[in-house]
Amino acid sequence: MKSAFVWVALVLVLAALAAAPFFMQAYGLGLLIGLMGYVTLASAWALFSGRTGYISLATVAFFGIGAYMVAAFNEVLPYPLVLVVAALAGLALALVVGLSTLRLAGVYFVIFTFGLAELVRQLVTWYEINVTGTLGRYIFMSLGPEHIYWQLLALAAATLFITWRIDRSRLGLALRVIADDEVVAAHLGINLARTKLALFALSSVIITLVGAVQAPRWTYIEPAIAFNPTVSFLTLVMALLGGASRLWGPVLGAVPLFLLFEWLSANFPNHYSILLGLLFIAIVFAVPKGIVALVETRFRTNERAFRPVAMEAEGKP
Amino acid sequence: MTATSRRAILRTLGISVCMFAVAAAAPAVSQERTSVKIGYAISKTGPNAGGAGITTLPNYELWVKEVNEAGGLELPDGSRLPIEVVEYDDRSSAEEVVRAIERLATQDEVDFILPPWGTGFNLAVAPLFDRFGYPQLAVSSVTDKAPEFVQRWKRSFWMLGGGSDYTDALAGLLKKTNDEGKINNKVAMISVADGFGIDLVTAARPSFSEAELEVVYDVTYPAGTTDFTSMINEAAGSGADTFVAFSYPPETFAITQQAQVAKFNPKVLYLGVGTGFPNYGADLGPNAEGVMSLGGIDPNNQANTAYRKRHEEVTGRAPDFWGSVVTFASLQMLQEAVKRRGLDREAVSDELSNGTFETVLGEVKLEDNQLRKLWFGGQWQNGNFVAVAPVDREGVSQAIMPKASWQ
Repeated sequence: MKSAFVWVALVLVLAALAAAPFFMQAYGLGLLIGLMGYVTLASAWALFSGRTGYISLATVAFFGIGAYMVAAFNEVLPYPLVLVVAALAGLALALVVGLSTLRLAGVYFVIFTFGLAELVRQLVTWYEINVTGTLGRYIFMSLGPEHIYWQLLALAAATLFITWRIDRSRLGLALRVIADDEVVAAHLGINLARTKLALFALSSVIITLVGAVQAPRWTYIEPAIAFNPTVSFLTLVMALLGGASRLWGPVLGAVPLFLLFEWLSANFPNHYSILLGLLFIAIVFAVPKGIVALVETRFRTNERAFRPVAMEAEGKP
Repeated sequence: MTATSRRAILRTLGISVCMFAVAAAAPAVSQERTSVKIGYAISKTGPNAGGAGITTLPNYELWVKEVNEAGGLELPDGSRLPIEVVEYDDRSSAEEVVRAIERLATQDEVDFILPPWGTGFNLAVAPLFDRFGYPQLAVSSVTDKAPEFVQRWKRSFWMLGGGSDYTDALAGLLKKTNDEGKINNKVAMISVADGFGIDLVTAARPSFSEAELEVVYDVTYPAGTTDFTSMINEAAGSGADTFVAFSYPPETFAITQQAQVAKFNPKVLYLGVGTGFPNYGADLGPNAEGVMSLGGIDPNNQANTAYRKRHEEVTGRAPDFWGSVVTFASLQMLQEAVKRRGLDREAVSDELSNGTFETVLGEVKLEDNQLRKLWFGGQWQNGNFVAVAPVDREGVSQAIMPKASWQ
């Protein structure tokens, strides 16, 4: 009965969000697009990093690949096929990267993924210079902002649904063991490499699709625009603020942070970076385990944590 | 129960009365307009901040200050309204600049929006300017596709030409000098592997081959390169009299330094962005003499000279010799168009397309929404970066070739 009520509520919220473009001005819709983009990015990031403890800074590598695929194919393929191509490109990159690096652990993985974003950007630049002879690409598509928004909304809902399913599956159980102790997980007969790879690929494909869906908003892309490292950092901070190992954590981190960034940049354009830095420090000190965990410990002081926490912000090096 | 609902009714009534009052007050406010709102989003932080802080932002500030000191923007009826600025930092992010323009248009409801800095960002916001009906005076964007963009976005104006304008002008100058027997027809060319360098080098290859110039050395380097020794040596060994580098400011300065150290004395030295910065000439002194680049000014244009002086007084530094003056001229055009046609954006766009304007560049009339009367090549001569191309335009200086050796 209770779960039925939750489902009805979720469907109503989704319907209300889907109807939002009919009542909003361009700015409000732009805000919702940005918001939904980061909700999806943070949730997809947490799907892998929050559940395995592998902190990835490669978000923008996949995001940028998605944007570039749209730029490269938007004039030769119908739009749905462009998205398929983008997803496949993200998948291919994720498999190559995952196979070669998921044996790295801790800080090595963080550094590698940070380098990966730069590597992909340089490869794209190299390709554009030597093959196409121009760095900028144009995306002239007749997609209105509301279409972009609806796609992102669908993607966000799908991401949350997939995460929910995985948390309740054998895969989810395996992940919790891996996050706690990889050696134990291996002894239990969990195929470490395959489990991590599957999740990494899934998370990467979603991130790629976010880039692909958002790209038509920019009209023009070049590597500096598509591979802006800020995307990786913001995604990570949002997921950590909310609680990266929880289903709703990234959403609860992304929504307030995104609105706060927007408010800061509208009202304190000259002090934005300073305030942002202070805020990051405050988050790490005040809510190291994320908002969801904080709320849970406040309200369930008598109960034992009903679910083991796979990863805390400070839990892994 | 009754009490609560009565209270609720009263509350609702109260709120409605307030809302009516606000709604009734709103038109009265807009009738008594006290200012003209002008908004812009510019890269104050991030990788684009350097360029925006030299070519674009100081000119916006200078213009607003001058207009407001004169009592404000003049309207067709002779009255003046001060400019109220709404400024955002796009943090060099494409998504950010798009949202900032949406905010300016629909939340702040500004009267006019000034464009952001850079080719990419001007293109990113062009569909929005078009959709919300704002004229877009895109200055800091060099693009060969301007004629297409004008078709696509009727209210867009492109003020700095395209890559091939600059390379055609350079090729023409080199061909002429070659015909005079002062230099050979060989060109060594390097370019930065980033937007500007790639666009220019892609335009330069056909320009040079059309002018029967032979490119004997053609390499690209990644942005941020600091050591150019091997490239300079290879260019020196290539037998070319002309060395061209489509470079960004840090590299422009580095190449100049390292060419001196290597005693590399090409007869024509053409470098990229940064050559037209005032401190380039100031730092190098006599060694800047003869170095060429994009842009340039007519030293006898009094309006421009006065503009440069004011710019230095107000912002504390001299403007660059390429985009700055065009940026300021675009603002003067907007000011004049408002004076002639008022605050109706449609009318102002029409005036910008068809009107003739007296600006710091001299008389300006756009052709197909593009500024075509531009200086495409300049050269340092006697501490001034003077225009040397196109050679058939009034006010052009004679290029000094070959360039003197380093001292």
